[in-house]
Amino acid sequence: MSRFMKDLLIYCLAKAKKAKLGLSKNKGMRDIMTVYYMEAKTARLSRRKVAWITSGGPVEPLIAMDIIPVYPENHGAMIGASKMGAELCEKAEEMGYSRDLCSYARSDISCATVNGGPIGGLPRPDMLVCCNNICGTVLKWYEIQARYFNVPLFILDTPFCHTEYAEEMKRYVKRQIEEYLVFLEDVCGRKLNHATMEKVGRLSVEGQQLWQAVLDTAANRPSPMTAFDAFFHLALIVTLRGTQITVDYYRNLLKTLNDKVEKGIGAVPNERYRLLWDNLPIWYRLRWLSKKFAEHDACLVADTYTTAWCGTLKYMDENKFLDSMAEAYTRIYLNIGIDEMAKTVMDMIDKYHVDGFVMHSNRSCKPYSLGQYDIRRIVQEEKGIPCLVIEADMTDERNFSESQVATRINAFMEMIKERKG
Amino acid sequence: MKLLDEFHGIRDDPYTYGKKLKAERNRKIIGYFCSYTPEEIIYAAGIHPMRLFGAQGEITLADTHFQAYCCSLVRGALEGALKGKLNFLDGTVFPHTCDSIQRLSDVWRLNTSFGFFADVVLPVKLNSESARRYMTDVLSKFRNNLEKGFGRRIEDQHLRKAIDTYNHIRTYLEQIYSLHSENPHIISGSDVYAIVRASMIMDRDDLLDKLPAVVEGIKRGDTDADNGTKKRILLVGGICNHPDVYRILEKSGGSVIWDDLCTGSRYFSGIIDNSGDPVESLANRYMERPVCPAKHLSVKSRGEHLVNLVKEKEADGVIFLLLKFCDPHAFDYPHMKEYCNRQGIPCMVLEIEDRLPTEGQLLTRFETFMHML
Ligand code: SF4
Ligand code: SF4
Ligand code: SF4
Repeated sequence: MSRFMKDLLIYCLAKAKKAKLGLSKNKGMRDIMTVYYMEAKTARLSRRKVAWITSGGPVEPLIAMDIIPVYPENHGAMIGASKMGAELCEKAEEMGYSRDLCSYARSDISCATVNGGPIGGLPRPDMLVCCNNICGTVLKWYEIQARYFNVPLFILDTPFCHTEYAEEMKRYVKRQIEEYLVFLEDVCGRKLNHATMEKVGRLSVEGQQLWQAVLDTAANRPSPMTAFDAFFHLALIVTLRGTQITVDYYRNLLKTLNDKVEKGIGAVPNERYRLLWDNLPIWYRLRWLSKKFAEHDACLVADTYTTAWCGTLKYMDENKFLDSMAEAYTRIYLNIGIDEMAKTVMDMIDKYHVDGFVMHSNRSCKPYSLGQYDIRRIVQEEKGIPCLVIEADMTDERNFSESQVATRINAFMEMIKERKG
Repeated sequence: MKLLDEFHGIRDDPYTYGKKLKAERNRKIIGYFCSYTPEEIIYAAGIHPMRLFGAQGEITLADTHFQAYCCSLVRGALEGALKGKLNFLDGTVFPHTCDSIQRLSDVWRLNTSFGFFADVVLPVKLNSESARRYMTDVLSKFRNNLEKGFGRRIEDQHLRKAIDTYNHIRTYLEQIYSLHSENPHIISGSDVYAIVRASMIMDRDDLLDKLPAVVEGIKRGDTDADNGTKKRILLVGGICNHPDVYRILEKSGGSVIWDDLCTGSRYFSGIIDNSGDPVESLANRYMERPVCPAKHLSVKSRGEHLVNLVKEKEADGVIFLLLKFCDPHAFDYPHMKEYCNRQGIPCMVLEIEDRLPTEGQLLTRFETFMHML
């Protein structure tokens, strides 16, 4: 079958599925994501443009311009969850990329050259949008892809806020938001409709508020959800922020969770201990980890990772979305100093009534992991709760030792039990 | 050449030099780790800017702050501070570049106390007008912070004098590089390296006093290098903390005739036009200087710069010097290598964790590479 025919077939399937599902009815995550990826993969046929964008990047203008956003990092998570990370990472190493680099980047870079991975590669981008509010890795990664696909690259440079979001930063980021819109208009050859933009902005804020509300349900005892659930439900607020589908999905999810709260149904059957997770998930061991903690009657009630997609709501103004976006995108969790991160962590410890702190020391992600030891010290000093550090990697399973992690979790849980009884 | 002994001494033991400068001349000293530090502004405040390279040797204290997968530069830097080796400092400055140094700055701020502390959060993007304006803003802010921190005014005229001094220093350093590049027998690569390294450590006025004599000495042939034929090598990477590389390379029949390193040509390239607003002029140099991989000029700039250097300096081969766990450089390596391959430029890579491979091993690897050229 020719490449074109294959695409066409996938496209028709997507259409059929979409028709059957209806647009605003409640749909399962997998259906939504399947349709989304099919649409993205057949964008050529529907004459829509595809933009690759970083997970912390401003997606709203893309949605408003009817550009399909595609997230290499989400792809990386899928690769990890399908346990294809090690293989693709190895391939990148053959291409000359060091094993010490971010495994999302490594697996995406090699995947692009072979159209491998769980969904046969991502659709070719028409443009790349890189926001460095999460790390410097994405800058290098997107440079590599810009060379490989030979497409225009826009960089939204969000200065790091060690201790402040200063006036000059504000001016700089605001100017870049204007440049970003011009960039999109240039690539698409048409203007942004500001009414649509406002609508998307409102939906984005609404989606984030709902996501926050979903995560907040975990403050209940027992918690109706675990961080592992959050890792799963996260996909939409990352990829389709600013759409009605996302708002509908989370509204529905919130209802389900609230029902559980009312009935006193916990996600972990005998929830006794409540834990906070730090850093990216270990995608290829989610089930194992979730079982491991549940065995100890421990529920991971919250995490610093999934909250990042609603953590800057306080800076957002739904009526002046484009304006407030600059600050909200600059002051996200990974773009602030570790003392402020520690503060965020401690607020979560209070809010979710946390008994212990589990830190994933993630070889792949230096901005998230370097500094963790100091955060641990601050948290221990001020909150006096036990902290555990697990050495692993989010996608590259070669950096995971099950027996070692199991031993450490067991010892940690013993400590918590002793403290709490 | 007798004069060079001093440069070698300072390079070998920068801490003693720093302590002496403090004790004997009562100088205020600000330490920094990255070549994006606006030294001219520090100098203009009458403060001595001193580049630090991190403690070599065993890491113990820094281990409680950084994981093993953090580059040795960052770990070594913190180790030095925690061990009290930097107590002669009156402050430190952190320009923003990579993810690791960004976190070092946080950990430093929370765990050390050298007095003055500043983050200089430079733009990452260097190819837009808004970035240029932001760069200027950030440098102005740093100027104000220094003024406040040390209670002294930095006038435009001070900045102009600083730019002038640095222009002279950079011109001399470039001249030394050029002399060596034109005739690798005139001075050894290790000597050139020692001069540039010491230049980042020494009092800049003293340095400027001494450089003309060094240049004259080299021209006269006072310096010695052995006479065997030398393959012309371009050394590419972040920083080089290993003087032995130069020596062993020469033993193997090569010589570093130019580099793209922050402990080399990136430090001295870019003469500043001193006629306009001094802070803007400083910003312009950073916008145009050969770029560090943690910054963005264009997707092709580093590869093109490399190929141009090879041609211009008539290099026979390229050695990539990579520090283990250094993300920005590791990301650039495959395509930089590809640039070389496409142009038929032979290259090799040397990855260093914190210390070099044994001399024997390194010599063999270099020799093998020299035979290919
Ligand atoms: S995992 Fe970390 S290093 Fe990798 S892209 Fe995400 S934030 Fe960047
Ligand atoms: S390579 Fe980059 S981060 Fe390192 S010293 Fe040079 S400019 Fe600074
Ligand atoms: S640029 Fe590389 S060597 Fe320098 S601090 Fe960053 S990771 Fe370390």
